[in-house]
Amino acid sequence: MTGPAPRRVDPDVDLHVPADRDELPAHPAAVLGAIAAGGVLGALARAGVQTALPHPPDGFPWATFAVNVTGCLLIGVLMAVIGRRRVAPLTRPFLGVGVLGGFTTFSAYVVDVRLAVAAGATGTALTYLAATLLGGLLAVAAGDTVAGRLLDRAGGGR
Amino acid sequence: MTVLLIALGAALGAPLRYLTDRAVQARHDSLLPWGTLTVNVVGSLLLGALVAVPAGPAVTAALGTGFCGALTTWSTFGYETLRLTRDGNRLAALANVLLSVVAGLAAASLGYALARAATG
Repeated sequence: MTGPAPRRVDPDVDLHVPADRDELPAHPAAVLGAIAAGGVLGALARAGVQTALPHPPDGFPWATFAVNVTGCLLIGVLMAVIGRRRVAPLTRPFLGVGVLGGFTTFSAYVVDVRLAVAAGATGTALTYLAATLLGGLLAVAAGDTVAGRLLDRAGGGR
Repeated sequence: MTVLLIALGAALGAPLRYLTDRAVQARHDSLLPWGTLTVNVVGSLLLGALVAVPAGPAVTAALGTGFCGALTTWSTFGYETLRLTRDGNRLAALANVLLSVVAGLAAASLGYALARAATG
């Protein structure tokens, strides 16, 4: 390694990071295949949670809330690991872009807010909007911080 | 059957998020994560349109749960916001949150209105 690694902002793909820049031209089928496979697993897991916890249009979307907050916690942990340990090259595409990207959803988040407003449940809509923002951002910070400290304490990083 | 349709939509949506993110970043090198914002807004527009029309369960599974769900992401949005905050770019982090939520809600409403207008 020469010099510090560039700081990553985007966990899906960050073109400031040389490894991210080079992965697609070097192994297009493996990278896109890993993302697709992970995306399928993540989306099916999300659909399972949403089926198990349905909500009426004016109710609080607990399933999507839980999915997005959990996904945030896990991406924090994953990126803490990837930043400190040597991992297999397809780890980020499969787990980060695929599984967690497929598991969490922004479209259902905003559409459920919109539907709750249309159903007359403006209070529920605003509570859900704010609770997901607060919960998701706290979860990603907690995952990153706790996993980072544990890994740093364990030592043996690269 | 539903499982297969969700899988099919997600198998297209997740790689398309990655490819779109790359394409947007290659054209706009900026602090704000425009690539993620793009997929989240486009996916919200599409899902907004989808819930406005009487789409059958098969279309909802493939396009809504599978494709839109996998095209858009909350985890990436969350991590980017954390990263911007930790790197001292608090204003960019706040802008990312406000832009994503406002543009996502506007896109969902626009999709809904357009689909209603198109289907009468």
